[in-house]
Amino acid sequence: MACPTGRARRGVSYWGTRVASMPVNADFAGRSYPPTAPYAVGSAKIREFAEAVGSTDPVHVDRAAARAAGYLDVIAPPTFAVLIAQQCDGQLITDPEAGIDFTRVVHGEQKFVHHRPLTAGDEVVGVLHVDRVRQAGGNAMVTTRSELTVGDELVCTATSTLVIRGAEDDGGDA
Amino acid sequence: MAVPALASVAVGDELPPKTIHIERATLVQYAGASLDRNRIHWDERFAKGVGLPDVIAHGMFTMGSAVTVVTEWVGDAGRVTSYSTRFTKPVVVPYDGGADVVVSGVVTRLDPESHAATVELTARCGEDKVLGRALAVVRLD
Repeated sequence: MACPTGRARRGVSYWGTRVASMPVNADFAGRSYPPTAPYAVGSAKIREFAEAVGSTDPVHVDRAAARAAGYLDVIAPPTFAVLIAQQCDGQLITDPEAGIDFTRVVHGEQKFVHHRPLTAGDEVVGVLHVDRVRQAGGNAMVTTRSELTVGDELVCTATSTLVIRGAEDDGGDA
Repeated sequence: MAVPALASVAVGDELPPKTIHIERATLVQYAGASLDRNRIHWDERFAKGVGLPDVIAHGMFTMGSAVTVVTEWVGDAGRVTSYSTRFTKPVVVPYDGGADVVVSGVVTRLDPESHAATVELTARCGEDKVLGRALAVVRLD
Protein backbone atom coordinates (compact mmCIF):
# COMPACT_ATOMS: atom_id res chain seq x y z
CA MET A 1 0.00 0.00 0.00
CA ALA A 2 1.04 3.58 -0.54
CA CYS A 3 2.53 5.14 2.52
CA PRO A 4 4.08 8.53 1.83
CA THR A 5 7.23 8.97 3.79
CA GLY A 6 8.78 11.79 1.83
CA ARG A 7 7.21 14.68 3.70
CA ALA A 8 8.31 14.78 7.27
CA ARG A 9 5.99 16.47 9.73
CA ARG A 10 7.60 18.06 12.70
CA GLY A 11 6.22 18.18 16.19
CA VAL A 12 6.69 17.29 19.81
CA SER A 13 6.26 13.61 20.52
CA TYR A 14 4.74 12.04 23.64
CA TRP A 15 8.30 11.62 24.79
CA GLY A 16 8.79 15.34 24.59
CA THR A 17 11.45 15.08 21.92
CA ARG A 18 11.30 17.20 18.83
CA VAL A 19 11.56 14.82 15.92
CA ALA A 20 11.06 14.55 12.20
CA SER A 21 9.05 11.61 10.89
CA MET A 22 10.79 8.90 8.92
CA PRO A 23 9.21 5.70 10.01
CA VAL A 24 9.48 2.50 7.98
CA ASN A 25 9.84 1.05 4.52
CA ALA A 26 6.23 0.89 3.26
CA ASP A 27 7.09 -1.87 0.80
CA PHE A 28 7.33 -4.29 3.72
CA ALA A 29 3.56 -4.86 3.89
CA GLY A 30 2.90 -8.44 2.80
CA ARG A 31 6.41 -9.60 3.53
CA SER A 32 7.16 -12.78 5.52
CA TYR A 33 10.30 -13.98 7.24
CA PRO A 34 11.82 -17.45 7.42
CA PRO A 35 10.80 -19.65 10.38
CA THR A 36 12.59 -18.93 13.64
CA ALA A 37 14.77 -21.47 15.39
CA PRO A 38 12.55 -23.60 17.65
CA TYR A 39 11.75 -22.14 21.08
CA ALA A 40 11.67 -24.88 23.72
CA VAL A 41 8.91 -24.16 26.23
CA GLY A 42 10.27 -25.14 29.64
CA SER A 43 8.56 -25.59 33.00
CA ALA A 44 11.09 -23.33 34.78
CA LYS A 45 10.40 -20.44 32.39
CA ILE A 46 6.65 -20.97 32.70
CA ARG A 47 6.94 -20.77 36.48
CA GLU A 48 9.14 -17.67 36.28
CA PHE A 49 6.73 -15.92 33.89
CA ALA A 50 3.63 -16.90 35.89
CA GLU A 51 5.20 -15.54 39.08
CA ALA A 52 6.19 -12.32 37.30
CA VAL A 53 2.60 -11.59 36.19
CA GLY A 54 1.06 -12.82 39.45
CA SER A 55 -0.74 -15.83 37.99
CA THR A 56 -1.10 -18.31 40.86
CA ASP A 57 -3.00 -21.01 38.96
CA PRO A 58 -1.41 -24.39 39.85
CA VAL A 59 -1.60 -25.48 36.17
CA HIS A 60 1.55 -23.34 35.64
CA VAL A 61 3.65 -25.05 38.29
CA ASP A 62 2.13 -28.38 39.30
CA ARG A 63 2.23 -31.13 36.68
CA ALA A 64 -0.36 -33.21 38.51
CA ALA A 65 -2.77 -30.25 38.61
CA ALA A 66 -2.13 -29.56 34.91
CA ARG A 67 -2.82 -33.20 34.02
CA ALA A 68 -5.96 -33.22 36.15
CA ALA A 69 -7.13 -30.22 34.08
CA GLY A 70 -6.51 -32.20 30.88
CA TYR A 71 -3.08 -30.95 29.82
CA LEU A 72 0.00 -33.02 29.03
CA ASP A 73 2.23 -30.97 31.32
CA VAL A 74 2.31 -27.54 32.96
CA ILE A 75 0.89 -24.80 30.71
CA ALA A 76 1.96 -21.23 30.11
CA PRO A 77 -0.06 -18.12 31.03
CA PRO A 78 -1.97 -16.51 28.12
CA THR A 79 0.63 -13.81 27.39
CA PHE A 80 3.70 -16.08 27.63
CA ALA A 81 3.66 -16.33 23.82
CA VAL A 82 5.08 -12.81 23.74
CA LEU A 83 8.48 -14.38 24.42
CA ILE A 84 8.32 -16.03 21.01
CA ALA A 85 6.37 -13.26 19.24
CA GLN A 86 8.96 -10.66 20.21
CA GLN A 87 11.69 -12.87 18.70
CA CYS A 88 9.66 -12.87 15.50
CA ASP A 89 9.10 -9.09 15.58
CA GLY A 90 12.81 -8.65 16.22
CA GLN A 91 13.51 -9.96 12.73
CA LEU A 92 11.66 -6.99 11.26
CA ILE A 93 12.86 -4.38 13.73
CA THR A 94 16.51 -5.27 13.18
CA ASP A 95 16.18 -5.70 9.40
CA PRO A 96 18.32 -2.89 7.95
CA GLU A 97 16.16 -2.79 4.83
CA ALA A 98 13.08 -1.97 6.94
CA GLY A 99 14.75 1.21 8.14
CA ILE A 100 13.23 1.09 11.63
CA ASP A 101 14.92 2.94 14.49
CA PHE A 102 14.24 0.50 17.34
CA THR A 103 14.56 3.26 19.93
CA ARG A 104 11.40 4.78 18.45
CA VAL A 105 9.30 1.62 18.59
CA VAL A 106 6.46 1.49 21.10
CA HIS A 107 3.86 -1.22 21.54
CA GLY A 108 0.44 -0.05 20.39
CA GLU A 109 -1.72 -3.17 20.45
CA GLN A 110 -1.38 -6.87 21.11
CA LYS A 111 -3.60 -9.86 20.46
CA PHE A 112 -3.20 -13.57 21.08
CA VAL A 113 -5.42 -16.28 19.66
CA HIS A 114 -4.73 -19.60 21.35
CA HIS A 115 -5.75 -22.87 19.75
CA ARG A 116 -4.38 -24.62 22.78
CA PRO A 117 -2.14 -23.43 25.65
CA LEU A 118 1.62 -23.51 25.17
CA THR A 119 2.78 -26.53 27.18
CA ALA A 120 6.11 -27.48 28.69
CA GLY A 121 7.94 -29.62 26.16
CA ASP A 122 6.60 -27.77 23.11
CA GLU A 123 9.16 -26.86 20.46
CA VAL A 124 7.62 -23.75 18.95
CA VAL A 125 8.54 -22.31 15.56
CA GLY A 126 7.38 -18.80 14.65
CA VAL A 127 6.81 -17.33 11.22
CA LEU A 128 6.52 -13.56 11.04
CA HIS A 129 4.24 -11.85 8.54
CA VAL A 130 4.09 -8.09 8.08
CA ASP A 131 0.38 -7.59 7.48
CA ARG A 132 0.07 -3.83 7.31
CA VAL A 133 2.17 -0.68 7.19
CA ARG A 134 0.44 2.65 7.42
CA GLN A 135 1.11 6.22 8.29
CA ALA A 136 -0.88 7.80 11.13
CA GLY A 137 0.02 11.40 11.69
CA GLY A 138 3.77 11.51 11.86
CA ASN A 139 4.03 7.92 13.08
CA ALA A 140 4.14 4.64 11.23
CA MET A 141 1.94 1.79 12.41
CA VAL A 142 3.11 -1.68 11.54
CA THR A 143 0.90 -4.69 12.16
CA THR A 144 2.75 -7.98 12.41
CA ARG A 145 1.39 -11.50 12.78
CA SER A 146 3.43 -14.35 14.22
CA GLU A 147 2.08 -17.81 13.51
CA LEU A 148 3.39 -20.17 16.18
CA THR A 149 3.40 -23.87 15.38
CA VAL A 150 4.45 -27.09 17.09
CA GLY A 151 5.18 -29.58 14.33
CA ASP A 152 2.26 -29.14 11.92
CA GLU A 153 -0.08 -27.84 14.59
CA LEU A 154 -0.89 -24.12 14.75
CA VAL A 155 -1.01 -23.36 18.47
CA CYS A 156 -1.10 -19.56 18.64
CA THR A 157 -1.42 -16.49 16.44
CA ALA A 158 0.11 -13.37 17.99
CA THR A 159 -0.68 -10.03 16.36
CA SER A 160 1.21 -6.89 17.33
CA THR A 161 0.79 -3.29 16.30
CA LEU A 162 4.05 -1.47 16.62
CA VAL A 163 4.09 2.30 16.55
CA ILE A 164 7.24 3.82 15.16
CA ARG A 165 7.21 7.31 16.51
CA GLY A 166 7.84 10.06 14.06
CA ALA A 167 6.07 13.03 15.62
CA GLU A 168 3.21 13.98 17.92
CA ASP A 169 2.68 10.51 19.30
CA ASP A 170 0.38 10.44 22.30
CA GLY A 171 -0.06 6.75 22.96
CA GLY A 172 1.70 3.45 23.40
CA ASP A 173 4.05 2.60 26.17
CA ALA A 174 6.26 -0.35 25.68
CA MET B 1 -11.52 -24.85 41.22
CA ALA B 2 -14.37 -25.79 38.95
CA VAL B 3 -14.77 -23.96 35.65
CA PRO B 4 -18.19 -22.23 35.58
CA ALA B 5 -20.85 -23.70 33.30
CA LEU B 6 -22.06 -21.41 30.54
CA ALA B 7 -25.61 -21.65 31.91
CA SER B 8 -24.47 -20.25 35.25
CA VAL B 9 -23.10 -17.05 33.68
CA ALA B 10 -25.04 -14.05 32.34
CA VAL B 11 -24.10 -11.05 30.24
CA GLY B 12 -23.44 -8.22 32.67
CA ASP B 13 -21.92 -10.46 35.36
CA GLU B 14 -19.04 -8.70 37.06
CA LEU B 15 -15.80 -10.53 37.89
CA PRO B 16 -14.13 -10.00 41.26
CA PRO B 17 -11.84 -6.97 40.76
CA LYS B 18 -8.21 -6.90 41.74
CA THR B 19 -5.63 -4.25 42.55
CA ILE B 20 -2.20 -4.91 41.11
CA HIS B 21 0.54 -3.20 43.04
CA ILE B 22 3.63 -2.45 40.94
CA GLU B 23 7.04 -1.53 42.27
CA ARG B 24 10.36 -1.20 40.48
CA ALA B 25 11.16 -4.72 41.68
CA THR B 26 7.98 -5.99 39.98
CA LEU B 27 9.23 -4.59 36.68
CA VAL B 28 12.74 -5.98 37.09
CA GLN B 29 11.20 -9.38 37.75
CA TYR B 30 9.01 -9.08 34.65
CA ALA B 31 11.95 -7.86 32.56
CA GLY B 32 13.85 -11.01 33.47
CA ALA B 33 10.92 -13.34 32.90
CA SER B 34 9.86 -11.80 29.59
CA LEU B 35 13.35 -10.93 28.32
CA ASP B 36 12.08 -7.39 27.60
CA ARG B 37 14.97 -5.52 29.17
CA ASN B 38 14.19 -2.09 27.74
CA ARG B 39 15.72 0.40 30.16
CA ILE B 40 12.63 2.63 30.25
CA HIS B 41 11.13 -0.05 32.52
CA TRP B 42 13.76 0.00 35.26
CA ASP B 43 16.27 2.84 34.77
CA GLU B 44 14.83 6.14 35.97
CA ARG B 45 17.63 8.27 34.57
CA PHE B 46 17.30 6.64 31.16
CA ALA B 47 13.48 6.94 31.15
CA LYS B 48 13.60 10.62 31.99
CA GLY B 49 16.34 11.09 29.41
CA VAL B 50 13.96 10.01 26.65
CA GLY B 51 11.26 12.36 27.89
CA LEU B 52 9.17 10.06 30.08
CA PRO B 53 7.94 11.33 33.46
CA ASP B 54 9.60 8.35 35.19
CA VAL B 55 10.06 4.59 34.79
CA ILE B 56 6.98 3.06 33.14
CA ALA B 57 5.63 -0.49 33.38
CA HIS B 58 5.87 -2.85 30.42
CA GLY B 59 2.55 -2.75 28.57
CA MET B 60 2.84 -6.53 28.38
CA PHE B 61 3.20 -6.71 32.17
CA THR B 62 -0.09 -4.84 32.57
CA MET B 63 -1.73 -7.02 29.94
CA GLY B 64 -0.38 -10.22 31.49
CA SER B 65 -1.30 -9.39 35.07
CA ALA B 66 -4.74 -7.95 34.18
CA VAL B 67 -5.86 -11.23 32.64
CA THR B 68 -5.44 -12.98 35.99
CA VAL B 69 -8.81 -11.43 36.89
CA VAL B 70 -10.24 -13.62 34.13
CA THR B 71 -8.18 -16.76 34.77
CA GLU B 72 -8.93 -16.68 38.51
CA TRP B 73 -12.64 -16.34 37.75
CA VAL B 74 -12.65 -19.18 35.22
CA GLY B 75 -10.41 -21.36 37.40
CA ASP B 76 -8.16 -22.64 34.59
CA ALA B 77 -5.59 -20.41 32.90
CA GLY B 78 -5.66 -22.65 29.84
CA ARG B 79 -9.24 -21.66 28.97
CA VAL B 80 -8.28 -18.30 27.43
CA THR B 81 -8.72 -18.69 23.67
CA SER B 82 -8.25 -15.05 22.71
CA TYR B 83 -6.93 -11.96 24.47
CA SER B 84 -6.34 -8.55 22.97
CA THR B 85 -5.77 -4.98 24.06
CA ARG B 86 -4.53 -1.56 23.10
CA PHE B 87 -1.94 0.18 25.22
CA THR B 88 -3.58 3.55 25.72
CA LYS B 89 -1.59 5.16 28.55
CA PRO B 90 1.65 4.25 30.27
CA VAL B 91 1.67 3.15 33.92
CA VAL B 92 4.19 5.42 35.60
CA VAL B 93 6.00 3.69 38.48
CA PRO B 94 7.74 6.09 40.87
CA TYR B 95 10.46 4.85 43.21
CA ASP B 96 8.44 5.86 46.24
CA GLY B 97 5.20 3.98 46.63
CA GLY B 98 5.06 2.40 43.19
CA ALA B 99 1.75 2.33 41.34
CA ASP B 100 -1.59 0.58 41.66
CA VAL B 101 -3.59 -0.68 38.70
CA VAL B 102 -7.20 -1.56 39.46
CA VAL B 103 -8.57 -4.23 37.13
CA SER B 104 -12.22 -5.14 36.78
CA GLY B 105 -14.08 -7.26 34.25
CA VAL B 106 -17.60 -7.73 32.97
CA VAL B 107 -19.11 -10.46 30.80
CA THR B 108 -20.19 -8.83 27.54
CA ARG B 109 -21.07 -11.79 25.35
CA LEU B 110 -21.92 -15.48 25.60
CA ASP B 111 -21.80 -17.94 22.73
CA PRO B 112 -23.79 -21.10 23.51
CA GLU B 113 -22.37 -22.87 20.42
CA SER B 114 -18.73 -22.69 21.49
CA HIS B 115 -19.35 -22.21 25.24
CA ALA B 116 -17.33 -19.02 24.95
CA ALA B 117 -17.67 -16.03 27.23
CA THR B 118 -16.20 -12.65 26.30
CA VAL B 119 -14.98 -10.54 29.20
CA GLU B 120 -14.18 -6.86 28.80
CA LEU B 121 -11.48 -5.76 31.21
CA THR B 122 -10.96 -2.26 32.54
CA ALA B 123 -7.56 -1.35 33.96
CA ARG B 124 -7.13 2.01 35.64
CA CYS B 125 -4.13 3.68 37.20
CA GLY B 126 -5.52 6.69 39.03
CA GLU B 127 -7.76 8.42 36.49
CA ASP B 128 -6.02 6.88 33.48
CA LYS B 129 -7.46 3.96 31.56
CA VAL B 130 -4.24 2.12 30.76
CA LEU B 131 -5.69 -0.63 28.57
CA GLY B 132 -8.14 0.03 25.74
CA ARG B 133 -10.65 -2.50 24.44
CA ALA B 134 -9.15 -5.27 26.54
CA LEU B 135 -11.13 -8.38 25.59
CA ALA B 136 -10.57 -11.93 26.77
CA VAL B 137 -12.51 -14.89 25.42
CA VAL B 138 -12.68 -17.98 27.63
CA ARG B 139 -14.13 -21.42 27.06
CA LEU B 140 -16.54 -22.32 29.84
CA ASP B 141 -17.94 -25.77 30.62
